[in-house]
Amino acid sequence: MSGEAHVDIACRVNGEEIVDRVPARLSLVDFLRHRLGLTGTHVGCEHGVCGACTIVLDGRCVRGCLLLAAQADGAEIETIEEASRSGRLDALKDAFVARAALQCGFCTPGMLLTSAELLADMPAPDRAEIRAALSGNYCRCTGYHAIVDAVEAAAGLKT
Amino acid sequence: MKPAPFGYARPATIAEAVGLLAEGDGGARILAGGQSLMPMLNFRLSQPAILVDINRVAGGGIIIEDAEGTEIGPVVRHAELLRHCARGGHPLLAAALPLVAHAGVRNRGTVCGSLALADPAAEMPACAVALDARLKLVSSRGERWVAADDFFTGIYDTALAEDEMIAAVRYPPPAPGWRWTCTEFARRHGDFAIAGLAAGLGCDGADISAARLVAFGVGERPVRLADAEAALTGDGVDAAVRALDDVEILGSGEYPEAYRRTVIGTLLRRAVAGLCSRVAA
Repeated sequence: MSGEAHVDIACRVNGEEIVDRVPARLSLVDFLRHRLGLTGTHVGCEHGVCGACTIVLDGRCVRGCLLLAAQADGAEIETIEEASRSGRLDALKDAFVARAALQCGFCTPGMLLTSAELLADMPAPDRAEIRAALSGNYCRCTGYHAIVDAVEAAAGLKT
Repeated sequence: MKPAPFGYARPATIAEAVGLLAEGDGGARILAGGQSLMPMLNFRLSQPAILVDINRVAGGGIIIEDAEGTEIGPVVRHAELLRHCARGGHPLLAAALPLVAHAGVRNRGTVCGSLALADPAAEMPACAVALDARLKLVSSRGERWVAADDFFTGIYDTALAEDEMIAAVRYPPPAPGWRWTCTEFARRHGDFAIAGLAAGLGCDGADISAARLVAFGVGERPVRLADAEAALTGDGVDAAVRALDDVEILGSGEYPEAYRRTVIGTLLRRAVAGLCSRVAA
């Protein structure tokens, strides 16, 4: 198709100023992965069901596949790379390893970011609350039980 | 799975947004939270010529609380309204919003967008009908206020004209003595409901003096259960559940009509029991 619409954007991704010109239809997650090389954010279903593409936009977890790169203009974005590097996920990561809460790892970035948001909003969730909070993130390996264990452990409910 | 090409505009005002809708001549679509529109674009079920991104329109995220109730702007997110209601906003919205989709979707999806989509299994349309909310529809031709009950006309079908957008929704304040809840049955938290119920009881001491019951997931649009409301105030919950026998309920292969009717009856019993125990306390 000729003359595909493009949009100029300026945003901050993992603390770095990004200025680019993107096709209007480019999804934010494809922009992060293909233009910026941030492949820690995964692309699963591309219709908002699986949660593998979870990123943090202006402080809140959102689905990267349901946003346009054009909508990143003016936004502050954090991906799993920076969230992990910053140390803010350390307790969750340790608990995920200790409880074997991941196998293939495809869902893990989204699980960690969503769990971190839950624990920020609700420091001591019960198991039902953890399951409800993670209901928008699919895992096809673990059967979820170990993930709930890990989040519960990281919340300090278990010794 | 990528969308077909489209143009993109980011108006700064609602007036500019509806101007773009009018110019689009049916080919323009409003992009609010995008939690339903983006999947439809990715599946190419929708192929608009231009997206009108209203996320930055002036006042779009405003929540006004005054003597006439709660008014919200067109890009107020589910999560934002939930945080507002949890601090003392309308109890029905506070009960219903946690049931809307999943955390990451609630952080981006908008209440007005959910109303505009008019999914018959969604919570927000049923709550709007239950609360007699009014919707402000704006086009370049002017504005009009439409009652929620008149707004929802069928499956994904509303009173919105092609050149109109929802610019605000106003919920009246909770009447004194009323208790509200929202309950639903879904296979997984956050999925669209197999059946759900927005319920309010007007209580006079321990007696139920008035009721408002709106079901979702069971018809082409939110379904007011008027006979069950009347039975509840006169003859009690058993009579109210029997009154559901006369409600027209849509079945589907996986969830036949009789099953959905049973679920709604169960939800009604639970809602009344929960609300009455709150009254007694």
